[in-house]
Amino acid sequence: MTHSHKEVLRAHKITKSFHDPMTVKVLDDISFSLNQSEFVSVIGKSGCGKSTLLYILSTMDTDYEGDLYIDAVLMGDKSEKELARVRNEKIGFVFQFHYLLNEFNVLKNVMLPGLKLGQYSEKEIEHRAYEKLKVLGIEHEALKMPNQLSGGQKQRVAIARALINDPLLIMGDEPTGNLDKKNSEIVFHTFQQLAEEFQQTLLIVTHDNEFANKTSRIIEMQDGKIIN
Amino acid sequence: MNLKLIIQVSISLLLARWKQTLVAAIGVTFSIAMFVTLLGFMNGLNDLLDGLIMNRTAHIRLYHDINVSKKQPIDLLSPESQNFVQSLKPKNQRLEIYNSAQIMHAIKQDPRVLGVAPKINAQVFYNVGTIDLTGVINGIDPDEENRLFMFSDYVTKGNYLDLKNIPSSIILGKGVADKMAANIGDVIQVTTSKGERMQLKVVGFFQSGLQDLDKVQSYCSISTTQKMLGVSNNYITDIQVKLKDILQAPAMAIEYQRSYETDAIDIQQANSQFETGSSVRSIISYAVGVTLLIVAGFGIYNILNMMIYEKMDSIAIMKAIGFSGKDVNRIFIFIALSIGIFGGAMGLLAGLGLSNIIDNIPFNTESLPTIKTYPINYNPMFYIIGAIFSIVTTYFAGYFPSRKASKIDPVIIIRGK
Repeated sequence: MTHSHKEVLRAHKITKSFHDPMTVKVLDDISFSLNQSEFVSVIGKSGCGKSTLLYILSTMDTDYEGDLYIDAVLMGDKSEKELARVRNEKIGFVFQFHYLLNEFNVLKNVMLPGLKLGQYSEKEIEHRAYEKLKVLGIEHEALKMPNQLSGGQKQRVAIARALINDPLLIMGDEPTGNLDKKNSEIVFHTFQQLAEEFQQTLLIVTHDNEFANKTSRIIEMQDGKIIN
Repeated sequence: MNLKLIIQVSISLLLARWKQTLVAAIGVTFSIAMFVTLLGFMNGLNDLLDGLIMNRTAHIRLYHDINVSKKQPIDLLSPESQNFVQSLKPKNQRLEIYNSAQIMHAIKQDPRVLGVAPKINAQVFYNVGTIDLTGVINGIDPDEENRLFMFSDYVTKGNYLDLKNIPSSIILGKGVADKMAANIGDVIQVTTSKGERMQLKVVGFFQSGLQDLDKVQSYCSISTTQKMLGVSNNYITDIQVKLKDILQAPAMAIEYQRSYETDAIDIQQANSQFETGSSVRSIISYAVGVTLLIVAGFGIYNILNMMIYEKMDSIAIMKAIGFSGKDVNRIFIFIALSIGIFGGAMGLLAGLGLSNIIDNIPFNTESLPTIKTYPINYNPMFYIIGAIFSIVTTYFAGYFPSRKASKIDPVIIIRGK
């Protein structure tokens, strides 16, 4: 039990302002932490800063004040290259759009972060990619090109890609925002399965309250602050 | 591992837009092909024009010039004072080089020297019926003349060795022969400036490519010329020296002039206009070639720039899943370089082929008897420069787009949707 309460991510007094055309605080003093195997959703009205927060937490946006710890390591003083490595190794990202690379087939898309990490041989990464696709039920689509798949299938491929390096944390930016109800359900169940069966930590930004209500913890934001 | 992945990604990006890639590569191919062909052709032409004079000209020529004496008797009488002597005339002195045999022997021993050929310059009249045509007969050693100055290339009819084998024989300049209506086997008559007459058998025709020269100049062997002039067998008016390194000619001319007490002139001094002409032509051809390459470079720059705009999403995604800016930079540099290397290699081959075609186009001209096709210089240096330049240009063409790609902020792209 102590193991499952390991802290995966901690935000400490994160503040971000946009200065153009005038200074607006989009995130104000955000502090919270995320423990292992938690399935957390972030909700709030559009413009409340939830996506901005997610991109800061994902290390892609480095223009903020405050401290961000991932796996108990401070991100603030890392270089661009080191942050890329953190994203590669510890974070799996699922976007609103699938964002698969159209130049590669499904299998290669899933393998790409693994190849970048270079922890296993290419053969092994291919094997692992097949396993992930199998978990998501799309292993028979492995050799197709992304544009031959349906929206729901693409999003599942994107999830498989997020999983390939066994990340500490999966982040999603409205991963069901662009899907119909049926596909949304499938994606949600996939997340749920990951959380329950594989103790995967998940942090999902959504404006779909129905989706949020089914997660284990809800963080509600308003005007750049956590209100609940 | 990382490099292999970068290459894989680059190749996929290249193949995804293979038509664009091909256009970019063809741009490089075209410019490199034109570059090597142009330089090869220009330099072939340069070599031809230079060879016209350079092959026929001694690097250093030793001779005895008709001059006023540098030391007048008055100088010996009062060497301290400043002496003015007016209306000096050259004295009657012999044109031959003193001790010519010893000088030639000494020069032959010089390790910097490729060969030495003696020559006699004789002013004559060709007798055609009642008319006397003025002319010059060069007494030469046919073997040495051929070895050092490619004499046989310019003997368009007959065999140059007959000069040596047939006594009292002559190879007539083409212009002279036409005027005299002389054919091979005919016997002609010449009169020397001293009034001696001599019958000579025509064994060949000579065509230098310089018409004025062919109208006056003919060739006999050294011994025939000596007999014609009625001089002893050590009479030589010119010693022609060919060097291993033509650039040493000016310094060595001064050296020989001092040690052998003759006059000496080097090829650079005698033909300075050729040097200037060929270097200007080289500069022009390099300038055109480099311009072509730079234009191709801009082509690659444009295509990479477009590719980066098209691939913004892909670049953002790659960054999101853990590729660093440096990785993205490397991918685009690799794309640029592979276009450059592939296009460049094709260009070198195409250039070689094009040169070969030009090399086989017939090019016949009256004045150049030895030239049958357009001249091409296959200097490997042009190909090396072409190869290096294609890689350097494409690298720089790829450098700025790649840097832009590496600086793409994934958040802006991903949120922009």
